[in-house]
Amino acid sequence: MSADSTPYTLDEIDRQLIAATQAGLPRVSRPYHAVADELGLTAADVMARLQRMLEAGVIRRIGAVPNHYKLGYGANGMTVWDIADADVAAAGAEVGALPFVSHCYRRPRHLPLWSYNLFAMVHGKDRDEMDHQVMEIARVLGERSRGHEVLVSTRILKKTGLRIAA
Amino acid sequence: MMAAALDTIDRDIINLLQGGFPITETPYADTAERLGVPEAELMSRIDHLLEDGVLSRFGPMYHAERMGGALTLAAMAVPDERFDAVAEQVNARPEVAHNYARAHDLNMWFVVATEAPERIDEVIADIEADTGLSVYNMPKLEEFFIGLRFEA
Repeated sequence: MSADSTPYTLDEIDRQLIAATQAGLPRVSRPYHAVADELGLTAADVMARLQRMLEAGVIRRIGAVPNHYKLGYGANGMTVWDIADADVAAAGAEVGALPFVSHCYRRPRHLPLWSYNLFAMVHGKDRDEMDHQVMEIARVLGERSRGHEVLVSTRILKKTGLRIAA
Repeated sequence: MMAAALDTIDRDIINLLQGGFPITETPYADTAERLGVPEAELMSRIDHLLEDGVLSRFGPMYHAERMGGALTLAAMAVPDERFDAVAEQVNARPEVAHNYARAHDLNMWFVVATEAPERIDEVIADIEADTGLSVYNMPKLEEFFIGLRFEA
């Protein structure tokens, strides 16, 4: 585990702040003050805690998450690749750097059912654009790929993000 | 799902807000000024984008592992005639953060996020007990650099 992935220790107030904000920020001029009022804290404390959690990586970012389907990205594929274990770290770094790849991970195989150990999510406006993205990954991987599949998402069944209890 | 009808201001809002929302006294006013729109208009447009589902969330994105929690990706092969019922059983668990239908024998793929890492195995066992189906756990072993934003 690298130094930057050391878990950040949350205190009780951090946990209350997370519970109060994980579903979103309110649409009022001073949203951090509104959250502070709700929790009986000062706005300065709320803002300082959010800033600390942002710097520690507990908060990845504060902002908007679009539903990419609604932005016209209608062809979304989870591409999965069977790469020799010795090659997968280098291959993953190359695939993750491609501009159209939104997530890239090494994951375990479940043999004999599932032989794929490298996952890369790709997103195209249409099937043709996505197919070209898959071809580009295949070109980058070359003979290191021993097989691949593209699992196209057909429906979002749930998308709420992380929830923790207060 | 059809793409939403968005005007230039909506697109600017989506593109800017994916990059971050400030921690300031008046973050909407500060963001509105950068966009060149009134604060009230920015707030009502964000409300509409959320209502229409163009934005799925707006606020802090918490990182499970850095909070001491855990995340995993899991997959199931669900018979077609049971698909919606099983989706309901899986989605009913608050630890299931995302769930996608995918065209494959393994046709349901979901993310489980828990505060305590040992809860992951319990949630998976519970889903197997609820549904009578095998759940294939595929936790990430390594994360490669990512930087994509969706251009609206």
